[in-house]
Amino acid sequence: MSQTVIESPAIETNGGTLRLPADAPLRLDSGATLAPLEIAYKTYGRLNAERSNAVLVCHALTGDQHAASVHPITGKPGWWNRVIGPGLPLDPDRYFIICTNVVGGCMGSTGPSSIDPATGKPFGLTFPVITIADMVRAQAMLLDALGIETLFAAVGGSMGGMQVLQWAADYPHRLHSAVCIAAAARHSAQNIAFHEVGRQAIMADPDWRGGAYEAHGVRPEKGLAVARMAAHITYLSEAALQRKFGRELQRDGLSWGFDAPDFQVESYLRYQGASFVDRFDANSYLYITRALDYFDLAASHGGVLANAFRRARDVRFCVLSFSSDWLYSTGESRDIVRALNAAGCRASFVEIETDKGHDAIFLEEPVLHSALRGFFESQASRRGLA
Amino acid sequence: MTALREDFKEILRLVRPNTRVLDVGCGEGDLLELLTQEKGVDGQGLEISPSGVAACLAKGIAAVQGDGDRDLDHFPTQAFDYAILSKTLQQMREPRHVLTELMRIADRALVSVPNFGHWRMRWALLTQGRMPETKALPDPWWSTPNIHLCTLRDFTTLCAELGLRIEACAAVSPDQPARNIDPARPIENWRAETALFLLTRERPRPPAPERTTTGDLFD
Repeated sequence: MSQTVIESPAIETNGGTLRLPADAPLRLDSGATLAPLEIAYKTYGRLNAERSNAVLVCHALTGDQHAASVHPITGKPGWWNRVIGPGLPLDPDRYFIICTNVVGGCMGSTGPSSIDPATGKPFGLTFPVITIADMVRAQAMLLDALGIETLFAAVGGSMGGMQVLQWAADYPHRLHSAVCIAAAARHSAQNIAFHEVGRQAIMADPDWRGGAYEAHGVRPEKGLAVARMAAHITYLSEAALQRKFGRELQRDGLSWGFDAPDFQVESYLRYQGASFVDRFDANSYLYITRALDYFDLAASHGGVLANAFRRARDVRFCVLSFSSDWLYSTGESRDIVRALNAAGCRASFVEIETDKGHDAIFLEEPVLHSALRGFFESQASRRGLA
Repeated sequence: MTALREDFKEILRLVRPNTRVLDVGCGEGDLLELLTQEKGVDGQGLEISPSGVAACLAKGIAAVQGDGDRDLDHFPTQAFDYAILSKTLQQMREPRHVLTELMRIADRALVSVPNFGHWRMRWALLTQGRMPETKALPDPWWSTPNIHLCTLRDFTTLCAELGLRIEACAAVSPDQPARNIDPARPIENWRAETALFLLTRERPRPPAPERTTTGDLFD
């Protein structure tokens, strides 16, 4: 176990996979049901006697439950190790932090690569289409199993932020506070368009085999890598790309060909694509991007976003955006805040000045961290947490 | 901590405990922090500068980054007991609209405005013929954020037009104790540097008593 060496010994880490029996199915928005259901999760810290210190951390499109623990495949530190840890805004000494792999994911929760009990083969495209609300419903089932009635906070960035909004809409009574970072209340045409490029890249790969690639012993790695490359551009700002790479070349002079990458930015994107396929499943990518594209919180509440939050007046919200994020821009966060205000909810909102783009969620961003710290501190004292 | 600002003291005196307070232009949240600690209010700030909002959040004050000119429209009717607008009205693009919105959102508004009718202003204009630069309004005309300056009388006239009742009024300054004043008295339009108003929506009431004075200098 090499990971225990890197992992901070101060964090008490637990978790596993919750297996729900066939008679307790997950009811999906599509009308289908999913049973038996598995939800893989990690926990950091310890639940207090009052069961009042639980924090649900929701991951983004290609994230997973390893928010603050070393990733079992890549060996890299947790994706939010700048936020979760001793002395950090989410301190496992104080909070019981739970992070689940979303339904449809590929890190242990039931998804398209899981075995369909009806056929004994991987689901592939026979897996039902899932939504953000379905992911949240599965998380609520996990909390039930863990004996947690109320969350001190639900926190997430990007798709994680959308899950947080869905939590506020569907389970406001189980939520004390909510933090939504760099997200949107609906997927825009541009968001959907970029996802469609990614999906088409996967499906155009001959190794995709109509989604049944596992049965053929192949994986659509090229298509998935291209999908990741296209998506990765949307996570960075133009300024950040320019600052990191500019027009720097890989070697002296141009190659006058297409065999090798000429520019460093090409090489970087190829690396991002190639390393992604090691840890992510192509069909999961299709299903989760679909879930994001279907997300429109106002549409499911009579076309008025504020209606989604009318029952959440006791929940304290913190909405954060990044100035250079063009994937889910500040305007999207502002719409959320206006709807929260219109619904009579208490909300804090700040646009954090940065040139790091959408990716700033995971990067060193002092204002993000001090805002999170201040918000959690004030909510902890309101909640009576030591 | 530095000594408590005198205008803050007066606001602290006027706000009832355990109420809901919206501070428009809350800066780094000093006033809301004070009101939360001393009066147990449920506070919410609106502030245009990101660094101000970040400072609020770090203090545990709920604050939204936004623009008083644009974002008040999104708050629901009567969501707050008090709306505070401290020396910001004169920086708004549409002060009249902002005032109307404040009185829609909250039952009471605490509004402070620098008085352009103060004798120092009049003296500077009269003797130098230039836009005054004073302690209350220190910036030269070309860099001042104050685009809609008014006198005490201008403000009370607007309140009357909008059907707002002045429940209380005090002359305030950062370093001198607040002094309760009758804003209708012409002398106050000369000597109040900044005035703090407690406003409510006008209720039906008997006709106003006859005014003894209507003017200022030439009454």
